[in-house]
Amino acid sequence: MSELLDGLSWGLLVLGGFICVSGAIGMHRFPDFFSRMHAASVTDTLGGTLILLGLMLQIEGQYLVLVKLVLVLLFILITSPTGSHALAKAALHGGLRPKLGNKQDEQDADVLNNFGRQSSAFESEKDKE
Amino acid sequence: MKKNISLRYIISLIVVLSLIWIGNSGYFNGLLLSLGAVSVAFVVFMAYRLGIVDEESQPLSVSRRIIVYWLWLLKTLVQSNITVVKRIWQGPKAINPVVARIPTSQKTEMGQTIYANSITLTPGTTTLDIQGDTLIVYALSYDGIRYLQGGEMDRRVKRLEE
Repeated sequence: MSELLDGLSWGLLVLGGFICVSGAIGMHRFPDFFSRMHAASVTDTLGGTLILLGLMLQIEGQYLVLVKLVLVLLFILITSPTGSHALAKAALHGGLRPKLGNKQDEQDADVLNNFGRQSSAFESEKDKE
Repeated sequence: MKKNISLRYIISLIVVLSLIWIGNSGYFNGLLLSLGAVSVAFVVFMAYRLGIVDEESQPLSVSRRIIVYWLWLLKTLVQSNITVVKRIWQGPKAINPVVARIPTSQKTEMGQTIYANSITLTPGTTTLDIQGDTLIVYALSYDGIRYLQGGEMDRRVKRLEE
């Protein structure tokens, strides 16, 4: 039983490690700030979750450690979208625009090619100065 | 009436903080428990003075379905992570970033926040902004937008409000 748990734990750890490395590689391969943020969020969510789950199987009866690991997982899952949102918003306010794909016109949805709110606010602020 | 409501939030804050203290310390001797009690009392007092002991910091009214929602969100997280990891290994050509408006049907700010944060938490889509009832969402590819327009996540978050 304990060997089975150990094997499962190692599997989760290795898989989580692979996903974290993938996130890091994506951060270098993707072309602009916004797409890189998504690669980083892979590391945050699935990578972190798998590693923590793997560690949870290694507690050997110390339930206090389990509580702490669950808390860590909870805090990661709650703070990570807040952080991503703050980053994206700060970048937009700073005037950075996402590099959009080239097939925009073929799509039928409510696609925005230039979304004006921040950029016009940004320019009008400049005009005032 | 108003005092009752705030008493409810104070009690829930005390319970949550005590659980965090006990969960992290694990010692049950007199000294550490009394230190914990003092810390909890101090934090509750500060929170009360700051006026942040309210619905916003402790969403007690969000229904019990949140557990089911979390499990469902976990499943979606795994799926979207696999998609993004695939795109990472395929390289920059596999992505076709798009920004689109997504309508929301939630009535409360809490519902909108849960929806927007769920979108940001799933890799591949990020909420950039909220304008009234619509979210501005950036997605790595059009699939992410199409999935959100399918509205499954929207409906599930809306059900939490009831």
